[in-house]
Amino acid sequence: MNVGTIAKISGPLVVADKLPDACMNDVVQVGEKQLIGEIIELHGDRAYIQVYEETAGVRPGEPVLSRGEPLSVVLGPGLIGSIYDGIQRPLNILQKRYGDFIARGTTAPRIDHKRKWDFQPIRQAGDTVKAGDVIGTVEESALITHRIMLPPRIKQGVIVQIEEGSMTVDDTVALVRTDAGLEEITMIQEWPVRKPRPYRRREEPSALLTTGQRVIDTFFPLARGGTACVPGPFGSGKTVVQHQIAKWADAQVIIFIGCGERGNEMTNVLQEFPELIDPHSGKPLMERTILIANTSNMPVAAREASIYTGITLAEYYRDMGYHVAVMADSTSRWAEALREMGGRLEEMPGEEGYPAYLGTRMAEFYARAGQVYCLGSENREASISIIGAVSPPGGDLADPVVQATLRVVKVFWSLDARLAYERHFPAIDWLASYSLYDTTLDAYIRKQFGEEPIADRMLAMRLLEEENELKEIVRLVGLESLSPQQRLTMRTAQSIREDFLHQNAFHKEDTFTSLRKQYALLRLIIHMHEVAGKALEDGVAIQDVLDLPVWENIARAKYIPEAELESYDALVLEVSEAIAPLKRPSKSEETEASAVMEASEA
Amino acid sequence: MRKAYRTATDIEGPLVFVEVTEAVGYQEMVEIQVNSEMRHGQVLEVNGPRVLIQLFEGGAGVHLGQTRFRFVGHGMTLGLAPDILGRVFDGQGNPVDDGPAPIATLHRDINGAPINPYARDYPNEFIQTGISAIDGLNTLVRGQKLPIFSGAGLPHNEIAAQIARQAKVLTQEGDFAVVFGALGIMFEEAQFFINSFRDSGALERSVVFLNLANDPAIERLATPRMALTAAEYLAFDLGMHVLVILTDMTNYCEALREVSAARKEVPGRRGYPGYLYTDLSAIYERAGRIQGRKGSITMFPILTMPEDDKTHPIPDLTGYITEGQIILSRPLHKKSLYPPVDVQASLSRLRDEGIGEGKTRDDHADLSNQLFTAYARGLEAREMTVVLGESALSDEDLMYLRFADAFEREFIHQGSDADRSIEQTLDIGWSLIRQMPRALLKRIRVEYLEKYYDVAAKDELQMANG
Repeated sequence: MNVGTIAKISGPLVVADKLPDACMNDVVQVGEKQLIGEIIELHGDRAYIQVYEETAGVRPGEPVLSRGEPLSVVLGPGLIGSIYDGIQRPLNILQKRYGDFIARGTTAPRIDHKRKWDFQPIRQAGDTVKAGDVIGTVEESALITHRIMLPPRIKQGVIVQIEEGSMTVDDTVALVRTDAGLEEITMIQEWPVRKPRPYRRREEPSALLTTGQRVIDTFFPLARGGTACVPGPFGSGKTVVQHQIAKWADAQVIIFIGCGERGNEMTNVLQEFPELIDPHSGKPLMERTILIANTSNMPVAAREASIYTGITLAEYYRDMGYHVAVMADSTSRWAEALREMGGRLEEMPGEEGYPAYLGTRMAEFYARAGQVYCLGSENREASISIIGAVSPPGGDLADPVVQATLRVVKVFWSLDARLAYERHFPAIDWLASYSLYDTTLDAYIRKQFGEEPIADRMLAMRLLEEENELKEIVRLVGLESLSPQQRLTMRTAQSIREDFLHQNAFHKEDTFTSLRKQYALLRLIIHMHEVAGKALEDGVAIQDVLDLPVWENIARAKYIPEAELESYDALVLEVSEAIAPLKRPSKSEETEASAVMEASEA
Repeated sequence: MRKAYRTATDIEGPLVFVEVTEAVGYQEMVEIQVNSEMRHGQVLEVNGPRVLIQLFEGGAGVHLGQTRFRFVGHGMTLGLAPDILGRVFDGQGNPVDDGPAPIATLHRDINGAPINPYARDYPNEFIQTGISAIDGLNTLVRGQKLPIFSGAGLPHNEIAAQIARQAKVLTQEGDFAVVFGALGIMFEEAQFFINSFRDSGALERSVVFLNLANDPAIERLATPRMALTAAEYLAFDLGMHVLVILTDMTNYCEALREVSAARKEVPGRRGYPGYLYTDLSAIYERAGRIQGRKGSITMFPILTMPEDDKTHPIPDLTGYITEGQIILSRPLHKKSLYPPVDVQASLSRLRDEGIGEGKTRDDHADLSNQLFTAYARGLEAREMTVVLGESALSDEDLMYLRFADAFEREFIHQGSDADRSIEQTLDIGWSLIRQMPRALLKRIRVEYLEKYYDVAAKDELQMANG
């Protein structure tokens, strides 16, 4: 082990001298308290270190120890359900050992080394195996079967011995003969966080990641293996959107990275998720979730590392063949951590003081999402989807972090403060948001639900656009100037906004909506629009249509439970029946009217 | 006795470089003897033998060769004991109320340590402030940090004092305490708070830290940390429910900018340092509750927005850290409405945890959502009136306009001594909602409409008939 001495301390930046043979990105122990740090610059034997813990009280002359290895995570059974800080220290263990406040220089095993797992081999002695091949499984949680894979470093070999049994993560589960000799395979792997884990082949995302959020799934869908961002000013509901997706998305594993955000939000997830039931599997949501919590008051350098820790855990579960969704809340805080370290290193700043490499780092992170064929001979398909929150100052989308994000992500859910003021949640602005996956995903939806949902969606979007233009007119010359058809458009658009797009995250029935229900609900609204439009053509007065009590039934349709979806058919019928008896002008009145017209023209 | 150095080499604004021979710790405290006066400073950077110190009381009179710098060997600490209650301290923790210094039973580093997120308990106990605009719409819960975004000339102090006076938890009683941190405010403002605490009998249960406008600006960086160290001690050691009021955070941020500028750091927006977010969060995040401990820290930072601009870095970054915000509105203030809370722009993120059956009332969430929606519609209508005149409004818009007027007058407006119970607040809400046709009340579940809307309507009918 190499030992150097501290020369300079400035916040989270420590400079050490006489540290020979150090490598870039090596992990070091700083000072007598053995704070954890990472080498981020080298000049001769002078190393610049970003320290992942508070540096108050550290003095020059204290030792710096290099471990000679990069910042890594430990991977193996026992990760699911854990809560880690930015450098994978388990916060529950730290609390038990060191108390309610985060102490410095603390250590704890990153996964439980004592717990016994029931290892079930699925390959046998004599089998030839390649990197990434699953050799056996353990039941990690009620939802996740942990697949023990041949680590990527072993390219190929022949299993000499493999046994089932109750074992710890350090026990040898198999012996594999390779060209380099006999390898002992355990259930544990280490992987450097800044290096993406390998896969066999990458595919274009083609399946929908349903989130149960109507505005997202129907209008701005995210594909499995895709990337999305949620920028918005404070109070516009970024975190609720992130939480809703973490709760209801049909991914198999959820990694939630609380990066520089509020402590209470992580506590909320911790206390709520074990109680919540996954609508797809009927099991508690915590059984598929890993939390990374590096709150805003925890050391800033560890915040920088937290998103890499999170994405590496995600890649590990992807390699097993799972569909993983990663929430990063918020990438702006991560960018600020970069800026702070850049400032301490006296780097030449780019825009707004952010380092010039912000865009590159951002792209590298989002590029770790994707739909892939995993390493190994089994042809496993898996994906990582990334949903990043962005917190631009003052909600200004010209912010460099937003712009760097928009250059790489394919889905943009723009949160609007005005909608949030009206308590229209999720406050996703339907006019500004977009999804570049919509054409790819149309094929997917067509296959399962037919053409109708796509046509309905397009019409609904058109009505919303038109409403926006009509509102302008109303603002200038008043409501009276609109034609009956235009007033119907306004009314339908209002219904789409209030009865479809608006969704109450805290309402039992409304918090999650299946695709079937989404399409049925939209159909109902569009049906109303169509039959009412027909009625107007037949001469029915617009006010009669607007006064129909059936609008109220449409408004309450979103609260129909998932189990009673057939009620929508009844409602559709009800709408038709409500419109049918409306008074059409009789033939004679019509002729009279046309006679008057002719007379006036004459 | 530790060595004293007379080796200052450079001095610039509040910063001084000193050459040392022993190892000095990062953030260590320094005592500086300037003539007969003892000043204080803190180590900002250590670079081998060169140490950068920030001077709390400024550099006037410091001589490069003669002024003595003594490093005390530890960071800034605060002495704590139960009898800090009822006392007034300066921004560095020295008593200024003519009493003797409390005999400290322990000393704590004022920077504290982050609460382990795993150890936190989620705040969910409703605090009744007696102010409808807060209780009804932007509900406060114990352990929350809810800043007041104000502007020059708005009654933020009255509101904060009223909250300190009226705040109570309905379900249980416990020891409460108030910690007040004055950051660069004028003497009169500080005195207003102290008098208000005295009048309500809360002064004996208060700890006051005063850094007034004429006190050293750099000392301001330590004052909120002093206040919060005291608050953590009262809450988590002594099990009290502590309300922390910090005013004015804008002055704190200015002091931070001053030091940053003197250090020639790369500035972020408007000259504030890039680490302003991290620095503020180290203050705000000290609010909260901890599992298995009785006490709690609820925080009310007050800040004045320069030019009432919510996107200024100080309110902006604060809003990203705190769990909502109470924003005051100048137009409402001009209409003589008190408290002039802009309920649309205000927000309590923890509201939904603190309300509902068993906490406030079952209809609370739906009712307040409906009030928000109707008020938003009313404001839209009001905007339209400005352009087109009232005659251009549809009947529905006109109804919403009337609603918005009544809502401001009856719901938001109340006296600075009016202490409304949550039932009163909600009932006022229903009396306004009842002016509207049932079909428009989409945000309220049918069961609550039956329970509160129809029932009362029936009562009225009976009264009319009887």
